[in-house]
Amino acid sequence: MKKLIQLAAMILGITSILYISSLYVDRSEGSASSDTLNIFNWGDYIDPDLLDQFEEETGYRVVYETFDSNEAMYTKVQQGGTAYDLAIPSEYMIDRMIQEELVLPLDHSKIEGLEHIDPAFLDLAFDPDNQYSIPYFWGTLGIVYNDKMIDGEEIKSWSDLWKSKYREDIMLIDGAREIIGIGLQTKGYSLNSKNDEELTEAFELLKGLAPNVKALVADEIKMYMIQEEASIAVTFSGEAADMMWENESLHYILPEEGSNLWFDNMVIPKTAQNKEAAYAFINFMLDPEVAAQNADYIGYSTPNQDAMALLPEETVNDVQFYPTDEMMKNLEVYENIGFEYLGKYNDLFLEFKMLRRD
Amino acid sequence: MKKLKFSWSNAYLFLIFALLYTPIIYLIYYSFNQAGTMNEFTGFTTEHYGALANDTRLIRIALDTFRVALLSSLIATIIGTLGAIGIFFVKQRKTQVSLLGLNNVLLVSPDVIIGASFLLLFTMAGFRLGFYSVLFSHIAFSIPIVVLMVLPKLQEMNLNMITAAKDLGANNWQVLKSVIIPSITPGILAGYFMAFTYSIDDFAVTFFVTGNGFATLSVEIYSRARQGISLEINALSTILFILALGLVSGYYFIQQQQRNRKRKLTNIDPTNHQKAVSP
Amino acid sequence: MTSKQNRVLFFPYFIWIGLFVLIPIGLLVYQSFIGIDGAFTFDNILTYFTSATYLIMTLQSFIYAFIITLITFCISYPTAYFLTQTKRKDLWMLLLILPTWINVLLKAYAFIGLLSQDGSINGFFDWIGIGRQQLLFTNASFLLVATYIEIPFMLLPIYNAIEEIDSTLLHASRDLGASSWDTFKTVVFPLSLSGVRSGIQVVFIPSLSLFMLTRLIGGNRVVTLGTAIEQHFLVTQNWGMGSTIGIVLILLMIIIMLLTSGRKKEARKQ
Repeated sequence: MKKLIQLAAMILGITSILYISSLYVDRSEGSASSDTLNIFNWGDYIDPDLLDQFEEETGYRVVYETFDSNEAMYTKVQQGGTAYDLAIPSEYMIDRMIQEELVLPLDHSKIEGLEHIDPAFLDLAFDPDNQYSIPYFWGTLGIVYNDKMIDGEEIKSWSDLWKSKYREDIMLIDGAREIIGIGLQTKGYSLNSKNDEELTEAFELLKGLAPNVKALVADEIKMYMIQEEASIAVTFSGEAADMMWENESLHYILPEEGSNLWFDNMVIPKTAQNKEAAYAFINFMLDPEVAAQNADYIGYSTPNQDAMALLPEETVNDVQFYPTDEMMKNLEVYENIGFEYLGKYNDLFLEFKMLRRD
Repeated sequence: MKKLKFSWSNAYLFLIFALLYTPIIYLIYYSFNQAGTMNEFTGFTTEHYGALANDTRLIRIALDTFRVALLSSLIATIIGTLGAIGIFFVKQRKTQVSLLGLNNVLLVSPDVIIGASFLLLFTMAGFRLGFYSVLFSHIAFSIPIVVLMVLPKLQEMNLNMITAAKDLGANNWQVLKSVIIPSITPGILAGYFMAFTYSIDDFAVTFFVTGNGFATLSVEIYSRARQGISLEINALSTILFILALGLVSGYYFIQQQQRNRKRKLTNIDPTNHQKAVSP
Repeated sequence: MTSKQNRVLFFPYFIWIGLFVLIPIGLLVYQSFIGIDGAFTFDNILTYFTSATYLIMTLQSFIYAFIITLITFCISYPTAYFLTQTKRKDLWMLLLILPTWINVLLKAYAFIGLLSQDGSINGFFDWIGIGRQQLLFTNASFLLVATYIEIPFMLLPIYNAIEEIDSTLLHASRDLGASSWDTFKTVVFPLSLSGVRSGIQVVFIPSLSLFMLTRLIGGNRVVTLGTAIEQHFLVTQNWGMGSTIGIVLILLMIIIMLLTSGRKKEARKQ
């Protein structure tokens, strides 16, 4: 008994030492200012130097929290109990958050620098007139292949993935709308189809893809492709850019049938406590130099046309990442298809996963 | 013959050690890799340790993680031990089984469900998310494992000891202090250890109930994984692991010395024939 | 012990049961009757029990969890037993648990490194002449990693149970001329059953709902109930269906508990 009490006291002692040292670390960060900005963003989705620069320029202290999926972020914002001033969700989630009044309308008189953004990325269906959101990054869904194992001439479209010689070669991103979407687009239907027959047809088609699938994975796709664990992958352009940076044999193509166009935009959630700081941050990120530095660091495509001028030419001229207007026509943005159909997509996807049992 | 058999069992143990430590050694090895990935070793460097030293965010998160883990497992151990004693002394077998069932619910529920329902709970109560919500959740999901660790010890306890102590006029508190607790100490320590392990390990629950700038290592590692795990995390894990290794063996040897001293004394005492309890 | 004092001491535990067990179960049950559109419905339960996908998935999870528990047990029991016979056994035990403190995701990445096409294990295969194999995304590698993660959780309760066996019993058995195998069979093993039971409980049930490893190591070739729950809670946000599966898991747990406690009674009779 005495020994246990001693142990407990020791643990309490260590706990307080830890607490004091974390206070000390906080102080050494030089964060005496109480004027904080709480950012809720994807992990590793901003150049940390820019956060320092922002703190220095504006005097706000940034508290940076991260999420790993739109849905997880949504749950946190919806439930409250937190004080995020700024979040960066994807477009379909923004659509949903607008409908559920989880984001605040933006006061455009407080926003400077929106003119730097390419008009093609403004006033889109999920947020007319950008009343709620400001573009941060954008990209597409496409195919990555390794030229050591795959002839680039042979893979141009989604339908090429069905070739029997790619048996067990393909890694797919673990997302219901992405994978069912491939089926839909190969059949020539819309990514946002709400037609049961079209969905069934797409699913029947996907059944034939199952033998070619090596694995359905998420962020790890990047690592696997760099390690050359698989020769073909279906993934997002930003991820692809990262892979190609690490492994020169990898190439990214936008399928001929078209693909998904996605956006990650900055919004001010209803949980915001410090809107002024949020506006300051939006304006800071709209600055072409900042946007260019961020795009260079993250490797995703920036919607900031003036920033593009500051980026290396080979980056901006790569049509796979900054597609021509012609190619853009085939791209489709996810719409909020409602719970019923989201559920159907998901059930089909679960069934697709089950097909691949050994 | 006996010697040979003994060495076989040692060989087996060695194999298990090797299996359990291979990934750890792999991680440590690559924390010194010049290339930024755990893929190919290109050369020796300590730059990831340098990067770690400058990453105050990560250091603070590491400190917070251990604070939550140490504290939550301590509280969970206290509540869980008392709870286990409570369950043990319930007379009706049916009640006992149903209590145990309730106890195990959190052990079996997937983390995502626990996290989501705790989040609902905290927000319904208007609780501000942050350190305390994480602490309470960790206490909550660690309690059942403590109960499961302590209960078998109670079942093995010699009940006559309690009757004897009572006959000698001991009150309940004295019985608890001098009979029950000493005989279940190994279970309590194991429970604390497991609770600590669960707390350090948890991602999903913490993710849901954290907020306002508070994070634990696993949440941070998961969200950083989007860009591939940086070797900075390997470096941090290496340091923590070696620290833990040092602490555990240090604690053990101190204990050992103390016990050796004590054992000499207890051996003389003829009334103390109850087997010495090891931690 | 009198009930008055009991109540004071066990008060926090019962508060805990109320707040963190009963209320969440209540929420779960409530939600399982809520459809994706937010209205009251029995659809979730009907869907679960009529859909081949979910039933196959349940069966599959059960089989995987069973295999994982079995392998874990077969590895852990001898380890625990041998450990109790070594000097410094407590130290070794602590050292065996220690790898658990390293983040699971990180360990999974280490396994990916070990098992990948260019990985160390394939390097070894190449060297001994078997040639490189596809190791990742196979059942074997999934079982390996899942077992790896679960071993410490099985090891500790068994070790504790064996440790607690009164050494006088062992001496007595030996004095009566029993071989060490007989002693093990008739004394050690029956007396360690309580530990085995806790071990099975803490391994089997979480194994039913593993989800991250199924993707990282299994490449979603292994689909368990955990995969479905994760998808329902985090992707579709169909908390109703997710909760329904959660309740199924809790029911499975109750069945397991009844089964294991039944075994205990038999052991007593013998």
